[in-house]
Amino acid sequence: MSRELSTVLDHIEKISELDLDGVAPTSHVVELENVLRPDEPRPSWPRDRVLAEAPDAAGGGFRVPTPGR
Amino acid sequence: MTDALLSLSASEAVEQLRAGDISAAELFELYAGRIEKFDGELGSFLWKAGDPPEARRDTPLAGVPLAVKDLFCTEGVPTTAGSRILEGHRPLYTATAVRRLLAAGASMLGKTNMDEFAMGSSNENSGYRPVHNPWDSERVPGGSSGGSAAAVAAGLAPWAIGTDTGGSIRQPAALCGIVGLKPTYGAVSRYGMVAFASSLDQCGPLTRNVTDAALLLRHLVGRDPCDSTSLGLPEDVTLPSRTDLKGIRFGVPRELGPEAEGIESGVADVFNGTLDLIAELGGEVDEVTLPHAPHGISAYYVIAPAEASSNLARYDGVRYGHRAGNGTLLDLYERTRAEGFGTEVKRRIMLGTFALSAGYYEAYYGRAQRVRTKIADDFREAFGRCDFIVTPTSPTVAFKLGERTGDPLAMYMSDYCTVPMPLAGIPAISIPAGLSEGLPVGFQIAGPAFSENRMLDTAYALEQRIGFDTTRAFVQ
Repeated sequence: MSRELSTVLDHIEKISELDLDGVAPTSHVVELENVLRPDEPRPSWPRDRVLAEAPDAAGGGFRVPTPGR
Repeated sequence: MTDALLSLSASEAVEQLRAGDISAAELFELYAGRIEKFDGELGSFLWKAGDPPEARRDTPLAGVPLAVKDLFCTEGVPTTAGSRILEGHRPLYTATAVRRLLAAGASMLGKTNMDEFAMGSSNENSGYRPVHNPWDSERVPGGSSGGSAAAVAAGLAPWAIGTDTGGSIRQPAALCGIVGLKPTYGAVSRYGMVAFASSLDQCGPLTRNVTDAALLLRHLVGRDPCDSTSLGLPEDVTLPSRTDLKGIRFGVPRELGPEAEGIESGVADVFNGTLDLIAELGGEVDEVTLPHAPHGISAYYVIAPAEASSNLARYDGVRYGHRAGNGTLLDLYERTRAEGFGTEVKRRIMLGTFALSAGYYEAYYGRAQRVRTKIADDFREAFGRCDFIVTPTSPTVAFKLGERTGDPLAMYMSDYCTVPMPLAGIPAISIPAGLSEGLPVGFQIAGPAFSENRMLDTAYALEQRIGFDTTRAFVQ
């Protein structure tokens, strides 16, 4: 895969030839102002339904192996 | 009767259902039966609905069956995004786009095959099986909405929805000889769409004709409190009716036009022939320039993988989906992702994390974001001189299965003409314009943000003049 990734990166690097000084970056195409909703509690998904999709649930949570060795 | 029923476009079917001339159940049975009979070879569906809908004559879509790309979450119905990592996953909720269409009276026919996480231009990156092009079974249908496009082109669904990040609606529509529309970014809610590149992803219709695309779009758009980037459209979507193109100015960008590198001569011929038809209908055709558009692929393959590498971090084997590994937590993460993701998804995650890594961030991600600004500026300037920009949708006709799988860059170049529009957030439609080597060629019309109604009207006038038969590849 390293050869393929190098080919792609070589192509991408063509943008280094462009003069982009003073050009503002675009992260989002529509100019929107962020609006926060009122911080009021709302019901969330029932725990049992969420855990029903989990590969391994125990004690009302997601069970995972120990992070350590 | 079956042939008559099958030949009805979705909007014609709506009329007949509302008049009581046909029933939603018989329409559903017709398509479900065709999927059962023909999809084994075509491969366009990953899940099929079992039951015909209840009669819903009084709704705007009157029960017409709809194929839904498997990227949309559907409550209680398997949603895989074409990935093994989500095999068997049944979401808790339904995507807003799908919910709106069901509320308007559409009935779900099935979930369609796709490139894994919408990453691909041939549907060969599906974690399940490839999709074949109904025009030639040895060829790809395009991607990533390849299942949706093939199903509509083969007459296994009256219409479908898909998603477009860099061309994933328009390119497969072009390769399969149907209509595909990518709306303005924000027109349709992304809530419940499995995220690939959030600043680019947009849902839209794949249909047999422009009128169907307008009808489906009408019921898709709208602001959604669950998607803070959704805006809807400033006006209702109207059904197109225009028959001439008098006074409309079309710009052919020299960088993406028929002379551009990589455009097949047969594709260029169909494109030039379509420009002649525009002139016959009274439209004006002029050359314009989009100087930064050729850098679209470079910018896109930094920005989209960067966003994807972040979005796909959630597939860790903990909360839902595939899990592997029985050692430590790190072992679980690594083995889950190594087993669950396909090659192209891994490639993009690596590209994206590299582009975002300390030391490379500015050189790749920062620069790509600035190129994006320049591409959007180019369009803005061009739209000062013309109403619409037209290009071939895909540089080539449908290619053979396996032809580009060993060369990611060649595959990426399939989106050369479609990538600049989502980078600028503007809408574009692909309509079938003719054949080259016996395979369909798409004609792309792009307009300024929120110009959907004018764009649909223009596409409709041209469609009537072209007279392409989108039922020609129906499997029998």
